[in-house]
Amino acid sequence: MGMTIAEKIIALAAGVPEVKAGDIHTVNLDRMMSNDGTTHLTVDMYRSKLKNPRIADPKKMVFIVDHNVPSDSPKTAAAQKKMRDFAKENGIDFWEGEGVCHQVMMEKYVCPGELIFGADSHTCTYGALGAFGTGVGCTDLLYGMVTGTSWVLVPETIKFNLTGKLCRGVYPRDLMLTIIGAISASGASYQVMEFCGDGVRTLSVDDRMVLCNLAVEAGAKTAIFEADDIALKWLNDRGRKPKAVFKSDEDAVYVREYTFDLSKIQPVAARPDFVDDVVPAKEVCGVPIDEAFLGSCNNGRIEDLRVGASIVKGRRISERVRFLVVPASRQVYCQALEEGLIDIFMESGAIVMNPNCSVCWGSCQGVIGEHEVLISTGTRNFKGRAGHPSSKVYLGSAATVAASAVKGEICTADML
Amino acid sequence: MEQFTGKVWVLGDDIDTDIIIPTEYLALKTIEEMKQYGFSPLRPHLASQIQKGDMIVAGKNFGCGSSREQAPEVIKALGIRCIIAKSFARIFFRNSINNGLLLLEQEKLRDDIREGQEITVAVNSHISYNGREYPLASLPKNLMEIINAGGLVKAMRARNGLTG
Amino acid sequence: MGQTIIEKIIARNGGRSVKPGEIVTVSVDRVMLDDIMIPFIVDKFHEMGFTKVWDPDKAVLIYDHLVPSSQQDDVRHYKAGDEFAAQYGIKHVHRSDGICHQLMTEAGYVKPGDVVFGTDSHTTTYGCVGAFSTGIGYTEMAAILGTGNLWIRVPETIKIVIEGSLPEYVMSKDVILRIIGDLGADGATYRSLEFTGSAVDAMSISSRMTMANMAIEAGAKCAVFTPDEKTAKYCGMELNDFQRGLRGDSDASYFQTLTYRGEDFVPVMACPSQVDKIRNVKELEGTDIDQVFIGSCTNGRLEDLQMAARVLEGRRVAPFVKLIVTPASRKVYEEASACGAIKTLVKAGAIVTHPGCGLCCGRTGGILCDGERVVATNNRNFLGRMGTSKVEIYLASPATAAACAAAGKIVCPDKY
Repeated sequence: MGMTIAEKIIALAAGVPEVKAGDIHTVNLDRMMSNDGTTHLTVDMYRSKLKNPRIADPKKMVFIVDHNVPSDSPKTAAAQKKMRDFAKENGIDFWEGEGVCHQVMMEKYVCPGELIFGADSHTCTYGALGAFGTGVGCTDLLYGMVTGTSWVLVPETIKFNLTGKLCRGVYPRDLMLTIIGAISASGASYQVMEFCGDGVRTLSVDDRMVLCNLAVEAGAKTAIFEADDIALKWLNDRGRKPKAVFKSDEDAVYVREYTFDLSKIQPVAARPDFVDDVVPAKEVCGVPIDEAFLGSCNNGRIEDLRVGASIVKGRRISERVRFLVVPASRQVYCQALEEGLIDIFMESGAIVMNPNCSVCWGSCQGVIGEHEVLISTGTRNFKGRAGHPSSKVYLGSAATVAASAVKGEICTADML
Repeated sequence: MEQFTGKVWVLGDDIDTDIIIPTEYLALKTIEEMKQYGFSPLRPHLASQIQKGDMIVAGKNFGCGSSREQAPEVIKALGIRCIIAKSFARIFFRNSINNGLLLLEQEKLRDDIREGQEITVAVNSHISYNGREYPLASLPKNLMEIINAGGLVKAMRARNGLTG
Repeated sequence: MGQTIIEKIIARNGGRSVKPGEIVTVSVDRVMLDDIMIPFIVDKFHEMGFTKVWDPDKAVLIYDHLVPSSQQDDVRHYKAGDEFAAQYGIKHVHRSDGICHQLMTEAGYVKPGDVVFGTDSHTTTYGCVGAFSTGIGYTEMAAILGTGNLWIRVPETIKIVIEGSLPEYVMSKDVILRIIGDLGADGATYRSLEFTGSAVDAMSISSRMTMANMAIEAGAKCAVFTPDEKTAKYCGMELNDFQRGLRGDSDASYFQTLTYRGEDFVPVMACPSQVDKIRNVKELEGTDIDQVFIGSCTNGRLEDLQMAARVLEGRRVAPFVKLIVTPASRKVYEEASACGAIKTLVKAGAIVTHPGCGLCCGRTGGILCDGERVVATNNRNFLGRMGTSKVEIYLASPATAAACAAAGKIVCPDKY
């Protein structure tokens, strides 16, 4: 019987010819990523709960400090120091201030066909390159770290047929928020979202990352694209080779299928406090905002910064608004610097920060206060996510966020 | 002449404003919320040990560093009656006077005294400790005027025709 | 009888000659209110019963300690400032443009001979252009806002003469640290520092700024430099006769005179945890470090970033060491971007943040934990200033700091 891409990756990692949804398999992990959100807890368990522990293969481990950079308290500094010292002692790749973990992983590590665990829910991003990345807790990560293996329940796959092409002024983020709105925040629970169809050909790897990254907001275990020539060129440009390039078989089994016509997608926004409370952006226009955020592992890449810069260029950010611009990685920052985008943001009055999770994580930078409103390109708009419990977060595209920052209230780019 | 007696806490030279109240707590809404963190980098338990009417005896350059007026306000809120030091930093000195916190310069007392001892202060005259008298200089007239008005806020209220 | 610079400024302000020790009331030319103190100033202002600001054009509000926000309540300070400015017609409000002291001079709010007060101890900085400026508390600021006046005691003057030229890689930071070491942390309490000599004449305004900025660390009330052609150019004005005459008379009476030869200065550091605990960098070489901070109102200017870039050009920050760079202002950031310094620093591995007080004020921006050691270009190394009381802070010039970042330990800048 045929298999999906996700099933083929698991079969390869399990060393078996075939798997099917519902099976449980022991798999060899190709890579594990852990960030400063939880690594200190993993290190504590490693040291206190295990007898004579050793790391199966330090080369498979990557530690990335990205959540609180630069650190904002002795407590986070101590957590990061624990992580840094552990990486140093054990020869683990360690990045600090290099960018948001998923962006750094994509730039430096992820290869098609790999099975990757990350101690962060947005690890599903790696599907943009045809890898199986999924978020785990620190106990799972610890087990993987000391054994090099883990168990997985083979998930069912949902097929998303994408047709057509996004209109001008509409972005992959609008598409993914629309999909989440349509299938709900639990619409893909435990399942894989596989994107295919001719519409996929119109999406760059960066675009695909936007889609995969948010899959967890629909409850998905992961999301995946076939590693086509666009993905393989991207990989080759960065000097890496695929582990395996898989296509889903003709007779592969899908639990459901959806079709989205890209040309029908409009700018949308997710209203507080749920990612699936998605409405046309026009419906929330006029809501006064206190802060706008352009960044995150979802929407802090060069294409997003280009869109944002094109909107604020020659304009001033509203005096009422703090506009945080946070490139997703050092590479993205350098590219933006070369292209003059950083200068455009600075001239407009924006606050340009070093690459990190920033207010998407809501703990150390751009934290919003009582009854404040944020419009964000971040991943989530849960209650209190960006600061005070009474504050509100709207999610929109880079274009909507930049336009809103200029206007001082939510608006779409065409309304400026 | 004003005279009072109390127990002393003894501190060293260069007690800076970051020790008196770290920046981390400066944006708390009230001095009451802030005061528990007073002196925390140096002596984390001191704020909870100070009793109303206690005094601080310190070395030179007390209050050096930032202009944060929260520093004298926190000390006052902790119940400190006055600070006796070999010398004070300038901004801290002004801020204390403006808030009615009494500062006295005395060169010798710090070297003789031990923490927990009692002293008696006769303002503008001397300090008595262990049978000895330590002389005090008089405060300049313009400062006594602010102190007598009850601090700068009250002086300004009077200027603006407000009472109390 | 001749006069010192500070005596001339105060005499001109009051319209009569003055001598040290006298109490005089001055008319204030400009005031600076920073974000941390604003809510307290507003409360005191209203408690005092004022209903208008004496001259709204003379007040400048600057948000810098709390930008970007790191705690939910931080935004309360911006709101208090915005409301106060709107209520009393204050037009000069900087919400994310950089550090107050940098902006006051850079944006032209302070002219030679002015009398300026600010709610921050490093207000002494403006002496770099020959102004009398000093830090005050929020109660006095409230009183000035209502009345336009403040009483001061005319300070005695300590004259500091530096002849000759500084060796390569020795910066004005090394000079002022050495002077503070010689004077002691209270050696200039209540006094004015007056800098003169050929080495001082040769310094840029930025270098002078560093020295005036740190005068407070010797307890000084203020520090002044004679305005010259560089001052005129920096301030974008022609100097008038009064301003040109702001030099110490040959028969002026000085409390003390210190004389130095420029050639004798070497790279130095202030060791934990006193600003006057000065040692030659050479004696400290080899000490391991965890972090380096280049920034602050002391040393976050273009020439500082350029020096750091020069040292780090083609090098990398040492593994497991963090370099945090926080430009002093938006303009500094833009200029450093234009000249390529930002790019060099970021490529070397620096974490470049948005302009603001950052780590120097100890609320965010790279807080450290027990047992960590930092080399920093700011002005204070007090216990607990950058995290716990078990963090060791070494103050140094940008050249030394950058060299330490590359080496991962304390080294002299001329080694690079």
